[in-house]
Amino acid sequence: MTRGQAWGLVGLLAAAVMAWPVFAVWPDWLNAILISKKAFVSAILNGITLAGLYFLVASGFTLIFGLMRNVNLAHGSLYLLGAYIGYEVTNRTGNWLFGVVAGFVALAIVGVAMQVFVFRRLEGDDLRQTLVSIGISIVAADLMLAVWAGGTYQIATPEWLDGALTLPIITAVRSNGASVFLTYPLYRLVVLAAAIVIGVGLWLMLHRTRVGMMIRAGVDDRAMLQASGVNVHAVFAIVFAVGAGLAGFAGVVGGSALSVAPGEDVRYLLASLVVVIVGGMGSITGAAIGALLIGLAEQIGLVYFPTYGIVLTFVIMVVTLALRPQGIMGKAR
Amino acid sequence: MTMQRRTLLALALFTGLTAPSMALAADDTIKIGLLATFEGPFTVLGEDSERGAMTAVAEMNGMVAGKKIEIVKGSSDASPDSAVRAARKLVEQDGVKVLVGPLSGDEGIAVKDYAKTQPDVTFINGTSAAQDTTLRDPAENFFRFSTDGAQWMAGLGTYAFTEKGYKKVATVAEDYSFPYTQVFGFMAEFCKAGGHVPSKSWVPIGNKDFSSVIAAIPEDVDAIYVALGGADAVNFLTQYQQGGGSAPLIGGSITVDQTVLTSKGKLRDVLKGTPSAGPTADTNDAPAWKAFVEAYKKQPGAFPSPSLFAHGYYVDMKATLLGLDQVGGDVSDGGKKLRDALSKLSFDTPTGKVSLDKNRNAIADIFLTEVTEGADGTLLNKLVKVVPQVNQTLGIPEDEFMKLGAVNRDNPSCP
Repeated sequence: MTRGQAWGLVGLLAAAVMAWPVFAVWPDWLNAILISKKAFVSAILNGITLAGLYFLVASGFTLIFGLMRNVNLAHGSLYLLGAYIGYEVTNRTGNWLFGVVAGFVALAIVGVAMQVFVFRRLEGDDLRQTLVSIGISIVAADLMLAVWAGGTYQIATPEWLDGALTLPIITAVRSNGASVFLTYPLYRLVVLAAAIVIGVGLWLMLHRTRVGMMIRAGVDDRAMLQASGVNVHAVFAIVFAVGAGLAGFAGVVGGSALSVAPGEDVRYLLASLVVVIVGGMGSITGAAIGALLIGLAEQIGLVYFPTYGIVLTFVIMVVTLALRPQGIMGKAR
Repeated sequence: MTMQRRTLLALALFTGLTAPSMALAADDTIKIGLLATFEGPFTVLGEDSERGAMTAVAEMNGMVAGKKIEIVKGSSDASPDSAVRAARKLVEQDGVKVLVGPLSGDEGIAVKDYAKTQPDVTFINGTSAAQDTTLRDPAENFFRFSTDGAQWMAGLGTYAFTEKGYKKVATVAEDYSFPYTQVFGFMAEFCKAGGHVPSKSWVPIGNKDFSSVIAAIPEDVDAIYVALGGADAVNFLTQYQQGGGSAPLIGGSITVDQTVLTSKGKLRDVLKGTPSAGPTADTNDAPAWKAFVEAYKKQPGAFPSPSLFAHGYYVDMKATLLGLDQVGGDVSDGGKKLRDALSKLSFDTPTGKVSLDKNRNAIADIFLTEVTEGADGTLLNKLVKVVPQVNQTLGIPEDEFMKLGAVNRDNPSCP
């Protein structure tokens, strides 16, 4: 047996161990430990869908950092602004899809404007860029509070995304032998699907297109890229547009799944910071892995030890920083 | 060296800028600090509390004992440290001698502890309603004319058990002192009546995603008791509706408050018919309440009916002003006279008579309510029953009540 085969076998075994609690009917002792199968599987599913949302926000954050060394601490504000714009457009046009598109486009424009008018002027000065982005986030939070006040908004999802889906997962067997299947909100699965599609799309853009090649080259060595005749400012603007647009998109999608309220900006900024630190600054795959870890940790913590759930997230971060300071997928520099 | 000189210069400039504002507090104005949550998950609640406080100020035409009332606002985000920070700023920087606030439970306990270090300043609660703010280890200079969260639940546990016929109820509440107090108040009656609470979920404040929590609620309960506030309540209710939740709800005081009932979205459907209890009822017919609603509505951005927070801040601000009026606005003696006047104060509020007990906690009427849809489509709390003059020990003799122990996640318990 070769080394590769051995690892394959280990992988298969691991997959089987992971799949068993999801599909098997649980014995009583397991139900007793983990509250109920329904609670456990829902927590896992919620963790994964939440990870999808975190990935959407964090991928833009990590992309911008990877290329420009710019820790954009206004990224959370972009999320919140996108959500508010999505709410307004959905409300006025009555079409949720318009809201999603508006959230992406409007924030892409805002992102380009931020890059051209603010960050380009401070190029090469990482610390000042970061400080300015904190300033922008504070001003933006107050401006949004002035316009939309402190209320909690719910972006209305269309009828065809409403309701719950019955999944082929048996949570319990009734005494008459009938199986109880798990139901799960359809919309959340759509969020997850959207995150996967966008993740794959980003990967393809980075690895299969000319722009992606330039971005990757810029991540590795910006000066060399510039010297070889590429207009780096155009590349920067594109990256900022995509990154900010994704934050806006996530704002609308997340605002429909959860809700929109002041304070969300900081929450998502913190989430993407943790995700990116765990996953590795500048790596899309890292953002996906980080998002998955943090999303699952948050939801499982919420169900099984709510008071200390938030600690779990930071334990993951601390352990990562201790063992692999550059993050799971990050490159040592 | 240059660094140091620059820092010194900046410090000097800063002092120069702040000092005059302290010295300029003229004799013909009286400064009152107003501390509420103008940021964070309870922003809407804080905004409405300000409307309530300003209604009381407007009633006096902005004057007390011939002096102009100057309101200095301080903002917190519902976390105890932010509340203390804001209180310190108001007291130590703005120099207020009278402070009204804070809004949220843990904030109240923290500000009470801070009050002990400032014996010359008089603190009057806003709407913070944790039991231990006044019941255990109270501060001499902290007054609460609004009642606590356990008092607010008076009558609800019995009503849920006997009228609604719920025998088994699961609870979902935020993880801090105020919801502990609310759950305590509900369970004190419900368990005594013979009900059972097999599962209690405590979620962190500001939590967004409740679907895992909803999934973990046992399926065989008759109803779910929900004590969440502001954005948390909106999120829970929306996701409960999305997940196809079917068990009826019982509301904590701030869960079915105007701050939540006025939210946009589909959560309205799951709220109708939800019983609750609290210090106010929207459909109260008493002329004093109606007059208060009219006065409240003059405030910018007012809700169709004042929320619990507008009411609480109104009552506490009103008490403050009545106290100040009695002492002629004189707090130059470190507020001693004012505190004497406040301890003895008993007055009629829009929701009935309020007086204080020996711990400076209010005794007042509590309203049992049920959510209904008003004629114009707004959701309202319909008055079901008034429970008169509830005290902090819920009518139980004090020594017996103290034996029940301090409220926390596990106390009380009746699985």
